[in-house]
Amino acid sequence: MAFEDQRTTVYKIVNPEHPESETLPTLRTEELLLNMGPQHPSTHGVLKVILELEGERLVKSTPVMGYLHRGVEKLAEDGTYHQFIPHTDRLDYVCAMYNNFAYCRAVEKLLNLQVPERAEYLRTLVAEVQRIIGHQFWLSAQALDIGAMTVFFYCFRDREILLDWFDELCGARLTTSWYRIGGVERDLTPSLIDKLKQFLDYFPPKIDEYQVFLERNRIWLGRTKGVAVISAEDAVSFGLSGPVLRGSGVDYDLRKYEPYSAYPKCEFSVPVGKNGDTYDRYWIRVMELYESVKIIRQCLEQMQEGPIMADVPSVTLPPKERVFTNLEAMIQQFKLFSQGFDAPPGEIYCGTEAHKGELGFYIVSTGGGKPYRLKIRAPSFVHMGAFDHMARGYMISDACTIFGTYDVVMGECDR
Amino acid sequence: MHPLLQRIQQTFSVGVTGLAEWRGDVAVTVSRDKLREVAQFLRNDPGMDFDYIVHVSSVDWPDDEERFEVVWEFYSIRKRHRIRLKTRVPESDCVVDSLTDLWKGADFMEREVFDMMGIRFRNHPDLRRILMPDDYTEGYPLRKDFPLRGKGWRDTFDFLDEVPR
Repeated sequence: MAFEDQRTTVYKIVNPEHPESETLPTLRTEELLLNMGPQHPSTHGVLKVILELEGERLVKSTPVMGYLHRGVEKLAEDGTYHQFIPHTDRLDYVCAMYNNFAYCRAVEKLLNLQVPERAEYLRTLVAEVQRIIGHQFWLSAQALDIGAMTVFFYCFRDREILLDWFDELCGARLTTSWYRIGGVERDLTPSLIDKLKQFLDYFPPKIDEYQVFLERNRIWLGRTKGVAVISAEDAVSFGLSGPVLRGSGVDYDLRKYEPYSAYPKCEFSVPVGKNGDTYDRYWIRVMELYESVKIIRQCLEQMQEGPIMADVPSVTLPPKERVFTNLEAMIQQFKLFSQGFDAPPGEIYCGTEAHKGELGFYIVSTGGGKPYRLKIRAPSFVHMGAFDHMARGYMISDACTIFGTYDVVMGECDR
Repeated sequence: MHPLLQRIQQTFSVGVTGLAEWRGDVAVTVSRDKLREVAQFLRNDPGMDFDYIVHVSSVDWPDDEERFEVVWEFYSIRKRHRIRLKTRVPESDCVVDSLTDLWKGADFMEREVFDMMGIRFRNHPDLRRILMPDDYTEGYPLRKDFPLRGKGWRDTFDFLDEVPR
């Protein structure tokens, strides 16, 4: 078979000090093709990677994606702008709030819509709660992939508190759909504020606890330090974003450099790594947990009473109480959902710093109630593009580390 | 006019067919044969310095003579500005230069455009389908003439007709 011939190399081991070794039988080595996934637990969903191995070293890896492709971009062209919000939940199903946020921001940029101040604070606050959930989920999954199981239980214990908080906020733990074009769906209740304040006092010591488990763990250090190194120049050229890019020492955070929502009014720092390895990316994410707590505290302090939805009746939804009591409001809600609003013709790109990286929406409108074309710039998809480059030369067990370090979620990657 | 657009207009007397600024987004439309030259200028010129690729996308305009629009979006980490680069290709000759050698990330993004819209990229190292299966032969899903419900074996399903209004 020609295929096998190409891949088979025969090495003859000859030791000059022992000429008799020439009589030993020859050792036949060949490159091994290994299919990893799509049902491998550490591929975070249904991702398959074809690994070409030389011994246990990765020579080349080819990601095979699309197992979770649902044609979300095509579906978007068929629905109104409001109808697309629940679809965004299912992109990165671990962190639905941030997808809602990024999408609503993009539509608001298209419409040139101003969001009231209280709504901006609420959006920032909930987005940061979602960032904590996302990073906890990442930390637990990455540690589990590498073999540290304890952190998984501790992270999930604390994540559960926030998911219950989401449940009380919007009635869903994961597929939230809480953001609306022009504002948010409902306000925080006093009980929610109390619970969040309790959590903010409870949480920072727990972050220290996560670190204690890992930073003195020899296995964790051995499997993250110096693994999957990517230089700053390559990381930029590949279009990586979020902690993966900042781990290589590139200071790129849209919350700082293209500030939106209430971020410019909050003080926080953006941790930047040095070595571009898995450990630096881990460190950045843990530091971001502390920063998120800081941002949430500031939002709670600075938030003033006020409307939570922009008052543009042709675009924004009427408050729910009025929908159930007032005929005009009900008709308005019905028309906005079934026919949509008239968006101006034009095209915009709007990127938002989700916890995975830059989540962007490129919307082309030709007027009317439906987007003509909607493109989702998903960080997971872009990160998978660099997989082959980053995995080359590492051991086969490091492949799991590299999926983990991207924080890849296939719902977002395949869309 | 935005200083970036001014600079591009001064540098390229022919080939640049449109300059636009809307909602703070800066967009340049170039003819297909000038695409590579303009992209190299954006990448290498110190005043431009677009080293970060944001996304590659495509738009289908079935009524136009040059049916497809390919869109690249770039960002500069050092200069902190954005630009959108667009070009049009006709359906009969759906080929455009690949920019994978200038931005490594363009590899997967251009494969997605090929998969979804059927636009070929010249000199792309590995132009295969990426989200749809390799043996998928039912066309390109994001084209406007591709039905939402899908094509091929799904045509044999008994779909309920929409209720007439």
